[in-house]
Amino acid sequence: MTTFPKTSRRNFLKIAATAGGGLLIGFHWNSADASAMKVVGSMADDVNFNSYLSISPEGVITIFSPNPELGQNIKTSFPMVVAEELDADWSKVKVLQAPLDTKKFERQVTGGSGAIPHSWERLRKAGATARHLMIEAAAKRWSVPASSLTAENSFVIDKAGNRKLSYGELATEASKIALPKDVKLKDRKDFKLIGKSVRNVDNKDMFTGKPLYGMDFHREGMLTAMIQRPAFGMKLKSVDTAAAKAMPGIVDVVSFKNNVAVVGKSTWQIIKARKALKIEYEKEGAVESTSDHDKLFKELMTNGEATVRRKDGDVDAAFKSAAKVISREYQCPFLSHSPMEPMNFFAHVRADGVELVGPTQTPDRARMEVAKLLNMFPDNVTVQLTRLGGGFGRRLQADYALEAAELSSIIKAPVKVIWTREDDLTGGSYRPAVRYRFDAALDANGNLIGYKLRGVGINAGNCTREDNFPSGAVDNLLIDSVEHKSPITTGPWRAPITNFLAFAEQSFLDEVAMASKKDPVKFRLDLLDRAKSSPVGEIKYDIDRMKAVIQLAAEKSGWGTKKNLAQGFSVYFSHRSYVAQVAEVEMKKGKPALKKIYAAADCGIVVNMGGAKQQVMGGVVDGLGHAMFSNLTFKDGLPEQKNFNTYRLIKMKEIPEVECHFVDNGIDPTGLGEPALPPTGGAVANAYFKATGKRLYNQPFSLQEELKGVSLGEKL
Amino acid sequence: MANYKLQINGRSYEADVDADTPLLWVLRDNFGLVGTKYGCGIAQCGACTVHLNGNAVRACALPVSAVGSGKITTIEGLSADGDHPVQLAWDEVDVAQCGYCQAGQIMSATALLNKKTKPTVEEIETAMNGNICRCGTYHRIKEAIVLASSKMK
Repeated sequence: MTTFPKTSRRNFLKIAATAGGGLLIGFHWNSADASAMKVVGSMADDVNFNSYLSISPEGVITIFSPNPELGQNIKTSFPMVVAEELDADWSKVKVLQAPLDTKKFERQVTGGSGAIPHSWERLRKAGATARHLMIEAAAKRWSVPASSLTAENSFVIDKAGNRKLSYGELATEASKIALPKDVKLKDRKDFKLIGKSVRNVDNKDMFTGKPLYGMDFHREGMLTAMIQRPAFGMKLKSVDTAAAKAMPGIVDVVSFKNNVAVVGKSTWQIIKARKALKIEYEKEGAVESTSDHDKLFKELMTNGEATVRRKDGDVDAAFKSAAKVISREYQCPFLSHSPMEPMNFFAHVRADGVELVGPTQTPDRARMEVAKLLNMFPDNVTVQLTRLGGGFGRRLQADYALEAAELSSIIKAPVKVIWTREDDLTGGSYRPAVRYRFDAALDANGNLIGYKLRGVGINAGNCTREDNFPSGAVDNLLIDSVEHKSPITTGPWRAPITNFLAFAEQSFLDEVAMASKKDPVKFRLDLLDRAKSSPVGEIKYDIDRMKAVIQLAAEKSGWGTKKNLAQGFSVYFSHRSYVAQVAEVEMKKGKPALKKIYAAADCGIVVNMGGAKQQVMGGVVDGLGHAMFSNLTFKDGLPEQKNFNTYRLIKMKEIPEVECHFVDNGIDPTGLGEPALPPTGGAVANAYFKATGKRLYNQPFSLQEELKGVSLGEKL
Repeated sequence: MANYKLQINGRSYEADVDADTPLLWVLRDNFGLVGTKYGCGIAQCGACTVHLNGNAVRACALPVSAVGSGKITTIEGLSADGDHPVQLAWDEVDVAQCGYCQAGQIMSATALLNKKTKPTVEEIETAMNGNICRCGTYHRIKEAIVLASSKMK
């Protein structure tokens, strides 16, 4: 793993050549203004140091990627944007994962589909500024006007003089040129890299088994540990560690908070010793089961104390005057994030500071919480990022880094805490279980005149998205939510809340469309036209972008033109992007078979077409798999599904064909890590209804009476 | 504890471990061959897939004492420089998202193609159904296997 010597923060513009020559461009991410960018140098001989972009005299262009990489492909797409504006030869660009450095980088977070939208302009300006300096340096050397020169493939070219200079040759001179006040960015039509399919920069390392992940991290002399944690609502009463301590290879067994940690050198010996622990727990709070939640949902739906999230017009009057009222309820279970790489973190607590290494979506959160826990200055806590074997929101939490740090401080040794799959499934921070009720009021002409949504969630906070469609398109609307507080810990799970809300809403709208005797696509488009011509209250989504994905999905799927296929429609806006989907189900031998899903996405400009398609296909598969199979139920504060034999994830045989399309509207990128997931459940459920006449209201679908005996993987 | 001599990637390795230690942990903890991943520990996800005498096996459920003189191949030993047709196809199709499961996917795919160079889609799905990819890269895994198959003699 590369190490990064520390440099001090520069509060002023500074241009300096490195000891061996070369150019380094770093900038504070607080500002996209080129004049605020800093060009910083270092006296280190090595060019791989604390900066964002470096070009060595030998022509090696190194781009540091600051954000955690968990499969969203940021480590490829961020550098692509820089390289585009730099006119760099991509085949010779070297990409390195930067460690946490809040002085150089801003928002070193993977979450909320926000990295590209946040950094787009900053990355472009970083590349364009370096390109500008290269051209100025060449102009100076040749004594020609800069305007007569162009840049291409890491060279500055003088067409008139039939000569060229490489960026490597120019790097040192370029570092002495004054920074421009502003820098011109490329016209979109001149993009050479952006929009193409560029392969993942870590492919070779991943496919040859290099130690990229936190689980693979090894430090000479480090210990390994596993932790036994209590069920939710329970606390440690007593622990007998004698038998475990006596087992071979065990270095120590220690308790802290409600945890019992078994420390050793070999993973297998630790696993065996942990089983020899004799632990008694006692009740600390509510010890809940899924059967309790099912009762609670029904009770709170009618009698819960609701927080109003949005209110337009007069719903009571609308429902009183309605010619028809439709009411439906939808429920989903808790879900585990289950990234393939279980939680783990390395910590070495020393007197003068803490070294943390591991997979985290929020390295700064890990740093700040560890500093607080150990009463240290945050500056004395370093975080090195490994590649993440998935995250899905689980690694937004810092619990597993904190545990490692606390254990290291107790045993006074470097230690890597690793979780088994069972620890991962029982260790908390789940997608919250939620139940929704929707009510729609139609007038005699089938117009939607009233709309109500109540969400009841367990540790779900506001489980509605009150400003999403169809808000703004209905005169009388009420959206509220009720929360039950539970000891079962929850947290964001890819496309938080909308991962289930979108299914419920899009299934409900399908029923409302049918009740109003309208085609589901036309029904949605009419509502959007209504929101455009006479908006009700504030509208926080882009009506035209939503219409465009609806139309693209309808066009590409041949909506309404297929004789032997049942199609289901769904569209959703989440984070900043829009995705519409059409699912196709074919009846074969009296059974429904899911054949294909079309997805039409608007995420603005697509940076990496290959990566973007992956995010859409992966989002669809993720949305389908969890809607279909995954189910985490509780008995006395503990999940009943403890590993992949009972907690079902989707497998290869169960995936339908997926076809992706992108709206080409040229707007700045709006993110794609999550938005393709929410629409899938609704599209599939609506297609199953068309095929079978049966509605799916609860997830997972595979456990519902309506789908009994139907296997996605069956070749019908 | 006992001493085990193992044949891995054409080399001899030795480890003093308990007889019931899964091969996975011997590879990772004792030999530093960390390309083989831990995912579930109960042979349900395929992240730990290696070859034993050319067959795909789950290293997390294979006790070291059962390996005997069998020849083990891990992802590190699949090719000298990452240039096995399956690895090349994985790169060309750009299969991975997080990448954690992909070593296991590649080992399962290679075992399949070593037995049958031109598998049908059904045979691919059957051979690969025990390898979970949480990111959902299944479409590209299939595509890469078909591509590798077309390149293998």
